[in-house]
Amino acid sequence: MASLIQVQNFKKSFGDKPVHKDVSFEVFEGECLGLIGGSGSGKSVLLRSLIGLEKPNSGHIMVFGQDITRFSEAQLIDVRKKVAYVFQNGALFDSMTVFDNLAYPLREHFNMNETMIREKILFQLSEFGLQGNENLQTGNLSGGMQKRVGLARSMMMDPQVVLYDEPTAGLDPFNTKRIQDLILEMKKKGKTSILVTHDMPTAFRVCDRMIVIKEGRISEDKDGVQKFAEGDV
Amino acid sequence: MTMALHKFFTDLFMFLGGIAGLSRSVFEALFKSRFEFKSTVDQVFQLGIRSMPLICVTAFSVGMVITLQSGMGLTKFGGTLYLPKAVSLSILWELGPLFTGLMVAARAGAGITSEIGSMMVTQQIDAMRALGTSPIRKIVVPRVVALFITLPILVALANFLGILGSIIVCSNQFHLDPYFYMQKITTSFRLFDYLSGFSKSFFFSLFISIPACYFGLQVREGAQEVGSATTRSVVVGSILILVGDFFLSKIFWVI
Repeated sequence: MASLIQVQNFKKSFGDKPVHKDVSFEVFEGECLGLIGGSGSGKSVLLRSLIGLEKPNSGHIMVFGQDITRFSEAQLIDVRKKVAYVFQNGALFDSMTVFDNLAYPLREHFNMNETMIREKILFQLSEFGLQGNENLQTGNLSGGMQKRVGLARSMMMDPQVVLYDEPTAGLDPFNTKRIQDLILEMKKKGKTSILVTHDMPTAFRVCDRMIVIKEGRISEDKDGVQKFAEGDV
Repeated sequence: MTMALHKFFTDLFMFLGGIAGLSRSVFEALFKSRFEFKSTVDQVFQLGIRSMPLICVTAFSVGMVITLQSGMGLTKFGGTLYLPKAVSLSILWELGPLFTGLMVAARAGAGITSEIGSMMVTQQIDAMRALGTSPIRKIVVPRVVALFITLPILVALANFLGILGSIIVCSNQFHLDPYFYMQKITTSFRLFDYLSGFSKSFFFSLFISIPACYFGLQVREGAQEVGSATTRSVVVGSILILVGDFFLSKIFWVI
């Protein structure tokens, strides 16, 4: 399997506080990698760095063979079309309806007419169990629906890699299972993914491999999630 | 003391550098990428049209009060006839642009910072970037352009209403004929007198919008940070207008 993302000697600190002292790992095509660690261990910062939302102090992040650590915002656009980021609370645009949220990446990056955009969005909404909600303002959605709309929006550009930032945090068991099923569905479609989570049942269900970040370094990196004993996490 | 000075100058240079960087990004986005017409029109409405009631009340009140105060002083020396020229000149040169700028800094500047700050807290700005789009183009440029268009219009409106307020007080309080007032304005004013005050509004719009966007984009987390960024935005915008007004007046005076 080809390596799509390589993180090499990643170091990041905020002020005087070092968060990542030396982190290196690879993500292979088609796999789902779980990124596990305690609160404040820097999982989300690491995930954000993979699409240039944060810059490391030193080290390299290779995405599709390109070192993105020194990329400008303009250069990162092509990377961000191929690598989707699913935010913890959806990060939906609250001035727009569900439809306009999903239409946003299409209107920005593709030369599609409104009929084609509508067809694509209605199909996407049905795929994510959100049909009939296209005209709702995002503020009127439940937490679970907001996460699913966020997930649906990030899939609009058909990315090759999906980065999930705590996709099941704060959800009830029913909605948690729904999100797990959607992640597994994406996996079946061949998407490579990285999942940051505290939710171990979700990690065990969807991840092929897990790495644990502890004290700024990777303390565990194991294939086959069944090898993880609770003590490791 | 040394630490406090060190922090003050560090913050100052960080702010100046940030403003310079944002200004550069705004002008690059304005000329090099697609212009957000619909969003700009929406902001013209939000920042400009919706500020009109506040500007109308302020300008009208200022025009009346300044006329009353000056008139009472001039009457003692028999100088009531100079009232139209003195007051209208003050309004066109200084009071119209200055009060409009300060009012818009308070209303629109605070609105811009709190809106962008809230978008930062809820990760909407990050989502824009993650979806391969520029928050500068989508959020900052429409607000900067909208204020650049609307502030001069608001200043023109404030000038008109300030003078109208002055005419009403002159007529009722000091028994000066409105026709005499208008005649004084038309005979003693040059177009440059009007333009020197009016053109300040273009600079004031940038003094308000760019720091307001900058402070909004600096918010990282929490409602408290949104609140303090909003306060800073209004304070800095007002100071830039007041200090900038002096230097702009000086420049126009030399010209």
